[in-house]
Amino acid sequence: MSVKIEAPAHAAARGARLWRTAIRDSFLRLDPRQQVRNPVMFVVEIGSGLTTILFVQALAGRGEAPAPFIGSVAVWLWFTVVFANFAEALAEGRGKAQAEALRHARRTIQARRLVRPERGAHAESVPSTALRKGDVVLVQAGEAIPADGEVIEGIASVDESAVTGESAPVIRESGGDRSAVTGSTVVLSDWLVIRVTANPGEGFIDRMIALIEGARRQKTPNEIALNILLVGFTILFLLVCATLYPYSVFSVGVAGRGTPVTITVLAALLVCLIPTTIGGLLSAIGIAGMDRMIKRNVIALSGRAVEAAGDVDVLLLDKTGTITLGNRQAVEFIPIDGVNVRDLVETAQLASLADETPEGRSIVVLAKEQYALRGRTVGSGPEEAPRGATFVPFSAQTRMSGVDLDGQVIRKGAAAAIVEHVRGLGGRIPDGLAPAVDRISRSGGTPLVVARNEAVLGVIYLKDIVKGGIKERFQQLRRIGIRTVMITGDNPLTAAAIAAEAGVDDFLAQATPEDKLRLIREYQSGGRLVAMTGDGTNDAPALAQADVAVAMNTGTQPAREAANMIDLDSNPTKLIEVVEIGKQLLMTRGALTTFSIANDVAKYFAIIPAAFATTYPALSALNFMRLSTPDNAITAAVIFNALIIIALVPLSLRGVRYRPAGAGEVLRNNLLLYGVGGVIAPFVGIKLIDVILVALGLR
Amino acid sequence: MTETGVIRILVFLTVVFLLVKPLGRYMARVYEGERTLLVRLVGPFERWLYRIAGVDPEADMPWQTYTIALLVFTVAGLLLLYALQRLQAVLPLNPQGMGPVDPSLAFNTATSFATNTNWQNYGGETTLSYLSQMAGLTVKDFTSAAVGMAVLMALIRGLTRRSATAIGNFWVDTVRGVLYILMPLSIAVALLLAWQGVPQTLSAYKTATLLEPASYAQPLTDASGKPVLDARGHPRTQTIKVTDQQIAVGPVASQIAIKQLGTNGGGFFNANSAHPFENPTPLSNFVELLSIILIPAAIVYTYGAMVRDTRQGWALLAAMTICFVPAAGVAVGFEQAGNPLFHSLGVDQAASALQPGGNMEGKEVRFGPIDSALWAVTTTSTSNGSVNSMHDSYTPIAGMVPMVMMHLGEIIYGGAGTGMYDMVALVIVAAFVAGLMVGRTPEYLGKKLEAFEMKMATIVVLVMPAIVLVGTALAAATAAGRAGVSNPGPHGFSELLYAFTSMGNNNGSAFAGLNGNTPFYNDIGAVVMWLGRFWEIVPVLAIAGSLGAKKIVPPSAGTLPTHTVLFVLWLVAVIVILGALSFLPVLALGPIVEQLLLAAGTTFK
Repeated sequence: MSVKIEAPAHAAARGARLWRTAIRDSFLRLDPRQQVRNPVMFVVEIGSGLTTILFVQALAGRGEAPAPFIGSVAVWLWFTVVFANFAEALAEGRGKAQAEALRHARRTIQARRLVRPERGAHAESVPSTALRKGDVVLVQAGEAIPADGEVIEGIASVDESAVTGESAPVIRESGGDRSAVTGSTVVLSDWLVIRVTANPGEGFIDRMIALIEGARRQKTPNEIALNILLVGFTILFLLVCATLYPYSVFSVGVAGRGTPVTITVLAALLVCLIPTTIGGLLSAIGIAGMDRMIKRNVIALSGRAVEAAGDVDVLLLDKTGTITLGNRQAVEFIPIDGVNVRDLVETAQLASLADETPEGRSIVVLAKEQYALRGRTVGSGPEEAPRGATFVPFSAQTRMSGVDLDGQVIRKGAAAAIVEHVRGLGGRIPDGLAPAVDRISRSGGTPLVVARNEAVLGVIYLKDIVKGGIKERFQQLRRIGIRTVMITGDNPLTAAAIAAEAGVDDFLAQATPEDKLRLIREYQSGGRLVAMTGDGTNDAPALAQADVAVAMNTGTQPAREAANMIDLDSNPTKLIEVVEIGKQLLMTRGALTTFSIANDVAKYFAIIPAAFATTYPALSALNFMRLSTPDNAITAAVIFNALIIIALVPLSLRGVRYRPAGAGEVLRNNLLLYGVGGVIAPFVGIKLIDVILVALGLR
Repeated sequence: MTETGVIRILVFLTVVFLLVKPLGRYMARVYEGERTLLVRLVGPFERWLYRIAGVDPEADMPWQTYTIALLVFTVAGLLLLYALQRLQAVLPLNPQGMGPVDPSLAFNTATSFATNTNWQNYGGETTLSYLSQMAGLTVKDFTSAAVGMAVLMALIRGLTRRSATAIGNFWVDTVRGVLYILMPLSIAVALLLAWQGVPQTLSAYKTATLLEPASYAQPLTDASGKPVLDARGHPRTQTIKVTDQQIAVGPVASQIAIKQLGTNGGGFFNANSAHPFENPTPLSNFVELLSIILIPAAIVYTYGAMVRDTRQGWALLAAMTICFVPAAGVAVGFEQAGNPLFHSLGVDQAASALQPGGNMEGKEVRFGPIDSALWAVTTTSTSNGSVNSMHDSYTPIAGMVPMVMMHLGEIIYGGAGTGMYDMVALVIVAAFVAGLMVGRTPEYLGKKLEAFEMKMATIVVLVMPAIVLVGTALAAATAAGRAGVSNPGPHGFSELLYAFTSMGNNNGSAFAGLNGNTPFYNDIGAVVMWLGRFWEIVPVLAIAGSLGAKKIVPPSAGTLPTHTVLFVLWLVAVIVILGALSFLPVLALGPIVEQLLLAAGTTFK
């Protein structure tokens, strides 16, 4: 996001604005038509309204209880609603600010619409808002791309910082996996002919804005299920409180003393009992979850996807780029049958001097580092090729590359290719070659055989370098019950060796797109949820099938459309973080639900003795907290109930602490903290508030 | 609590636990259609039954069909029982010439037995003919228990089948429950009871001549029913001398066996298992006590066996026992401690070789406070409701324990089948919240718990507190409701609360003080019992259907295990907190404040 880059002063000002807006919004949301969407808080609002009416009645001198008592209960009930609204408004506000920045980037541009899909065709100038799917436009250096589309002609560097926050330009070209362009990004050099793939208002940035603003935010499946439970609790407590009135009247009758419980006390009791803590923070938690994704530069196209990420059982990871560094590196020179190792290294280096592939460069580097060989010092640079050399580049037919120098034919390449080449020259294959090649293959490496003329000198061991720390990462995943599967085009032998080194649970070798799709379906039919990343067009079917599909932003349009998340950083390892965010989201909801209900125990012990103090003073035996007066006890419980919402706003926005561990361990920790803590905290809190009320001498 | 009390509870539970596995395994085999010895004997009869009823035993029903079959079966049985009571005067097996039962009472009784509640607003020996008792009540005792077990089987199939559309065959489940489980156990228990002296006869009541004739004074009334007053304004009385006594007998043993085994509780006599002909000896008492809890406890093992993970069953059994033991301890303890006000009067309430001690009001000397209180807890923790002492006369806290056991939802072992399926609903709620806490879409036994399951489980869990609270409020707020109360002070409130707690939970035990045979209690009670039964069964079957259609997620390290000590403790916490949050206020206004006032020496007249 471009909003990541901003000056501290600017950020502070924005922070203040965020708060101001959130505070204003939390009052605006008191509108019952809005409040009704959150049933738990709607009940609180009704309770607030009711006690306010009772307060007015008390002011008029016909109150059921002293006006100051009713008044303070009413005020704190209103605060309860406002605090919950504030949490939601604050969570939404953070997204809104980000959306604002995006909206800034999106502006109407004059586009050059081509009548025929080729560069030289006649162009007409139209506003970008008039472009429709299928139109073809020409964009030249310095111009903004008017809409999402696919490059059909040309190659250009494009500044995508408006979307990704990444200032380094990226290359976009027709064909291949880098053909997708996003509206509002800017072409820096050259030109592109683009076929528009999104109507105005439906483009990537528009979707991002809508998502971030929460305008299209639908409740996720787990949120709906939890809401049902919360509504159930609310109905139960509604009945508990409503029936308490006839019980109280009956009790006054049989005890022959006291007055029935007041409506104010019942409203206070109800609000304290219903799960206002989780009810008030639930939507803030959901919004904050999406927000945390955005902070990590992942755009989730639905909240459902974020939630599903927490359920993922199987991660399909591409070997290249995710598990290994992406390029093989030379790690060892193995001379065969008494060949001098220096001879081999020198020859190998010569063969690689002109080889610009990462593998070739790594051979030169290894030669330099291990054998202090600095190439032939002919020419300007230390590794410059000797004069008179003819380089032979790699070709798919010969599967070799090398150099012809001073009548010597130096080649390196796959074992089979070199064997054929040497035999063709009349040479013999040394007995030591086959075991050396085998050994390398078995350990997951790629053997490159080096030959000079008709003699085989030795083998270069090219190794896939597994990323540092990735093994530990997989161990963590295993601990939380997630299986990792490596997808690679390598042969099974090589794949098995790398899989073992990286510590993945399984691998799919020589994988075709069909294989991937089949593998995903297989896991899913076994009841598992599968996550994968992809960027190419041929990944699209598998992405569409996977439950959580993260497309790289650098990927093709079909891949981006098939996915339900887009990683703006195009970092395949991000999938692991995505899973963690999903889990954290659910954990936060579960923890606060437990906390909310656990709180009720203490509230009962505060309110029940107070509510029936006039009828049955003996019930004060239940007043464990030794609260000062019945009115103070009830007020303290209501105040605690309101303040706890505010106190937990940071937690609900940040999410509960996440540590990878087995389910049993996570449950134990969360139960101790939010369950046991949830029982104890209000005893302490309510007592404290009571002490303060007495100290302030409010009543 | 005395040492004897502790030992008595432990011995009882030990015997129960020894029987859990063999019986539980046998029941699993029966419901899974495996061949047992009995299948070879009774199998032809079972198949003949299906043939004449035109039932295809192989037909698998979707949950909706299962539910409809269940409701049709129950309603038909209810109407039959109603008709039987209304027509008993003209039907055979009526040696005492009992007249037709009043419509309101007959409706209440029919509903009560059809819902496995066995709330009795009638006195058996003064109201019903032998035919009504045998063909009406006893038959319903069998079928209502078998229906409860059938619902559990449907739920188990929902939990274990993958992507299935059906959850079993209601007729087969019910018939098997009766033929292979309830029938053989009942025969065994009935024989044991008959051996101990429980009558089993169709002959008329006996008349015995009293060795010591008694007399009492009866007020005289005039033709209009007003008392006749003497010159000083006192009512005039007439002395009546009693020289003989009618002794009620009947086909008792057969009915008592199933009323205990099927967690029904509806006694043959008004005094239920306190009556010497229903429960003559301490041994018969032990057999009956064991029969109450036998199937509810064993079926938990059946559950574990049928979900192919017996650890799940043991874990739930552990959770139930964790709740049961302290409850039994509190009830027995408070009853053995006796009435604190008696101490100041110099009454010796200590247990000794000569007396059981404790609070003996409303108790049989055969049983004493330990066996009475243990029975009270057992009968309410399951959905049985038979009594061997009068709960109304317990000390307030000991009297509260049976209420609490019912308030927890009768899942501490629970009714035959009913306790277990209600427990599963609570497990679903507990697993849902715990599942969120470990960061996954909650699942139980590999089935994802989503909005539909939560909706249904929430209904199952909340409908009971709702009807108990609303019913009690209705009684407290209306003159008709208050008229039934016979005790002053908070105890009167406890009577109302107990009545609706018992009916709403399909328990059927009574806090004897309440006069329930009035149109108000008969009609409202019938509605409450009906809702309490079917607002749980229908959502449970819906859960079964919905879960059955789902895939099974294979467990991984990220899956919340539901057989661990941690989960058991969490489940117990959920059960206790849910119960406490729903009922703490009402209990505070009833037994809690009564005990506090008693301790302070306040009494009500």
